Amino acid sequence: MPAERPQDAHIFVHNLTMAYGSLVIQRDLTFRVQHGDIFIIMGGSGCGKSTLLRHLIGLQAPTEGEVFYDGQSFWKIKSAERERMMRRFGVLYQSGALWSSMTLAENIALPLEQYTDLSPSQIRDLVSLKLALVGLAGFDDYYPSEISGGMQRRAGLARAMALDPDILFFDEPSAGLDPISSRLLDDLILELRDRLDATVVMVTHELASILTIGTNSVFLDVDAKTMIAQGDPKKLLAEPPDPKVRQFLTRGEQHA
Amino acid sequence: MDATTPVTHPHGTLDVARPTADTLCVRLSGQWIIQAALPAPAEVQAQCDAAPRVRRLSFEASDLAGWDSALLTFLLKLTELCDQRQIEFDQAGLPHGVQRLLALATAVPKGQDVRREVVQESLLVRLGQGVLTAVESTHGLLTFLGQVALAFGQFIRGRARFRGVDLWLIVQECGAQALPIVSLISFLVGLILAFMGANQLRQFGAQIYVANLVGLSMAREMGAMMTGIIMAGRTGAAFAAQLGTMVVNQEIDALTTMGLNPMEFLVVPRILALMMMVPLLCIYADLVGILGGAVVGVGMLNLGAAQYYQQTLSALHLLDFIVGLIKGTVFGILIALAGCLRGMQCGRSASEVGAAATSAVVTGIVWIIVSDAVLTLMYNVLGI
Repeated sequence: MPAERPQDAHIFVHNLTMAYGSLVIQRDLTFRVQHGDIFIIMGGSGCGKSTLLRHLIGLQAPTEGEVFYDGQSFWKIKSAERERMMRRFGVLYQSGALWSSMTLAENIALPLEQYTDLSPSQIRDLVSLKLALVGLAGFDDYYPSEISGGMQRRAGLARAMALDPDILFFDEPSAGLDPISSRLLDDLILELRDRLDATVVMVTHELASILTIGTNSVFLDVDAKTMIAQGDPKKLLAEPPDPKVRQFLTRGEQHA
Repeated sequence: MDATTPVTHPHGTLDVARPTADTLCVRLSGQWIIQAALPAPAEVQAQCDAAPRVRRLSFEASDLAGWDSALLTFLLKLTELCDQRQIEFDQAGLPHGVQRLLALATAVPKGQDVRREVVQESLLVRLGQGVLTAVESTHGLLTFLGQVALAFGQFIRGRARFRGVDLWLIVQECGAQALPIVSLISFLVGLILAFMGANQLRQFGAQIYVANLVGLSMAREMGAMMTGIIMAGRTGAAFAAQLGTMVVNQEIDALTTMGLNPMEFLVVPRILALMMMVPLLCIYADLVGILGGAVVGVGMLNLGAAQYYQQTLSALHLLDFIVGLIKGTVFGILIALAGCLRGMQCGRSASEVGAAATSAVVTGIVWIIVSDAVLTLMYNVLGI
């Protein structure tokens, strides 16, 4: 076990306790995410997976503990500096969370307009490229309400990639998608990780995704209110450290 | 119906027997379905409590013709009853389907703190909670105002990030598109003022002063007030609903993680738009209201159009319009603040968006009336 130095890992979560007021969701979370990992946050419903994600992307401050990115503290700094760090993130929300008053092209162009000096025509080309990457070429001028849920998800992914982020966060990317679409999304995530040289952090329930693309993971338990396992999900399935983990990874079937 | 056709009406029955001293056997027969008349669990309870003490409850269901959830709810009540009295619940005699569903229903023990208890709290507790809620909402309001002030600081230094096209869209929405309703309301308000005044002034033969009455009250008070109330209902509610939906849809989160401050991106353009548009609408309402008064004056009181016009000109000064414009500007800012505040405070459900819109209108109108009273007092003290 290497010494617990924050700068060794891309993301290092140290003794994180999350709470809403006096209601503790999870406590004492410590784990690290390496460069290039596809890191899965898993656990039963209501155990605080999405809340953990909110702490990692800067939407909710920890009650205790700290999050480090490349060794740099994320919460014990000024909010302006945190905003600067957050620009290296790409986040895909559960429902896509596209800005509904803007077209797909405007959604993706907004971060580019705000943070780069590109000319409008360059931005238009980049937007078309990003949309083409997620299989939505030609939908530039559609509003989010005019396309299907799966397409919104992919458009959200295109927006998350707009600034070529170092870290991509996904909140249940394949929830509500048919098996083929969710498989395509998995392939897309793998492809993006390799092309962008990014780290991926993903909250998901999809066993198929967890076992095929996950390289590292943390398992949160709702009763213990802390993590009860971490590591490569395939290894966790082979040698489950806790009956609950085995149950989760085998859908509770006895002889899987 | 029931009395004439009792036989066709489905019903379920039960008999209770005691095969041994400590066993109670319940025989179920007939139709145990929701539409049927069914016995109450209390009948079994009475038997359970009768001496000698019952240790086991068993069932016999060979005459059971049909069942649905009605039977299950009945049996679940009995299981609770048995738990309380430490009686063994023997379900072997029940149909297999019933046994499986019962097992499913009792598989997860009732969460200890999941059930919400409805407790009648004492007056003192409720008072305390009321105070705490008031403190919390004041804190929320002050936080919001602070954030808005910071965002405006950024705007004045030219560093606020928002899209210019958004600002113009909002300006169009709350400016030009509000003209028809503002026209209608202020025309009618001018008309009503003239009618009311005419009836009184005619008694003194002073009809011509209707022009003064309408002109002054529109310019100093009613123009700004009516525009403010229309805009609170029209635009304040729209702001709250737009921002509330963005909260529900995680669009605000998406802005934040993109490093864009929602206060700068969404609230600043909305406040700017109303700050510019309400005074303009207010001037327009003043003029349309005076026109409404003139229609009554010329049509009903037989004043000449030129006479009415001259009388209005001599009664009104620029200052009267400025007084109304200041009110209009303040109302515009307050309406935008109320709308954005309620929108940003919105919870994460569809019904809360509706509540946010309602609350935005109520807050907006209250703020308008209170600030109107304060401003009128101030004008009075300053003598303008």
